[in-house]
Amino acid sequence: MVETFLLVLLIFMIIGSIIAIETKNLLSSVISCGIVGAGVSIAFLMLGAPDIAITQVVVEILILVILIRATITIDNTGIEAHWDTFSVVSSLIFFGLFLVFAFLAVQDLAPFGKPLMRVSQQYLETGLQKTGAANIVASVVLDFRGYDTLGEATVIFTSIVGAFVILRRRGRKARKEADTEKVGILTEEEIREDYEEFRE
Amino acid sequence: MATKPELMSSENPKGMTPVVKTVVRFVMGIIFMFGWYIILYGHLTPGGGFAGGTILACGYVILTLAFGKELALGKMGDMTASIIDNTCAFLFVTIPLIGIAFGFFFLNFVPHGKPFNLVSAGFIPLYNIIIGLKVTSSLFAIFIALAIFGRFVSTLVEEAEDEE
Amino acid sequence: MILYFLTLVLFVMGVYCLIAKKNIIKKIIGLTITDYAINLFIIMIGYRENGIAPILFKNMTMEELTERGVDPLPQALVLTSIVIGLAVLALMTAICLRLYEKYKTFDMSEINRLKG
Repeated sequence: MVETFLLVLLIFMIIGSIIAIETKNLLSSVISCGIVGAGVSIAFLMLGAPDIAITQVVVEILILVILIRATITIDNTGIEAHWDTFSVVSSLIFFGLFLVFAFLAVQDLAPFGKPLMRVSQQYLETGLQKTGAANIVASVVLDFRGYDTLGEATVIFTSIVGAFVILRRRGRKARKEADTEKVGILTEEEIREDYEEFRE
Repeated sequence: MATKPELMSSENPKGMTPVVKTVVRFVMGIIFMFGWYIILYGHLTPGGGFAGGTILACGYVILTLAFGKELALGKMGDMTASIIDNTCAFLFVTIPLIGIAFGFFFLNFVPHGKPFNLVSAGFIPLYNIIIGLKVTSSLFAIFIALAIFGRFVSTLVEEAEDEE
Repeated sequence: MILYFLTLVLFVMGVYCLIAKKNIIKKIIGLTITDYAINLFIIMIGYRENGIAPILFKNMTMEELTERGVDPLPQALVLTSIVIGLAVLALMTAICLRLYEKYKTFDMSEINRLKG
């Protein structure tokens, strides 16, 4: 029963992604990407992962808001007028080959519904007794595999700091020449510095 | 952190229509409470630090969209967000180092308590709170930066069209 | 098996959109679809037949959890991967806005022509 429901959801998601890829209007494309994300969240709920489903819904909403807010105010139709023949044809050939080999490789995985759980069986049996948490996924994320969470916090921190450095309004060159008067994101300090330089 | 009352009134031309402002005023407190519930009970029910932190960031985003960015920056300014972000990243590395004194890195040294209570499971609730605050401040700060920069880019577009 | 194969078809469509389209925003959308497909594939590997979520409630025996619980390890990996996808998307959008400010277009072949 779960398998047929997942099959219908996957076909729905593939149709949604075809619409997202081929349509010319950017707003429809972003909204179809949201449809794929909502389908993925329902699939997570069917597969027995409720906290992943919560996280996926909220993150997908933020993805839609960021994409629409930051870029759709700029008008950019008329870009896809002509194909780049080489990249389209070569990518189709390579992905056809990839799918043939993927079909053969997928036969070697464990059948759907009977996973080999060599390590996780011990997490399920001794999780409550060793850590005291009732949510086994939380105990795996933060206690048994806490080092991976440390690495993940580092990756998020680095990418956010990198995004801030890219979005800085006045780079170092403009600050030396000081020919613009536009104000940066951290406004107060820069205004005070410029004012003190001007007074000297 | 107090906001001027005229920033939140319905006659202020910045932001969206009065219908949106009224609804957001009701719903905002529920969103924040729900986010904190998911963070604090992350070791008993589904959820955890990442999901709860993202829900809180969505609460700040809906404030920015409905009332304009001055109000959201009044509630949590960019300097505050930066300080919270860096402090939580620092704490997340330092607390496991204390565990080395008791055994090995990332040892759960806080006493476990009875299961199914709110105060139980060692330092897992503490880590959930640290990660929740970190994710909230990061995502809110990057959203404000993108919104300000996006408006700057569209003023560039208008200036270029005026010159032509 | 057909479920695994359809998930890989979704992945391939995301990568096709990343390669063959010229608009930068379409490339970002392709990367997002690839992200969703891979997370779904990883969680599908850990599903157990008639499975329940690996969370203990009161008045639940341990045998029920160990015999029917799904695999918690892929869920721990995917939980962090979803939030990393969001942070990387913020970084990519920041780069896109800078590119627009410098070259005044979102078209990748125009940017390749004008570079320098």
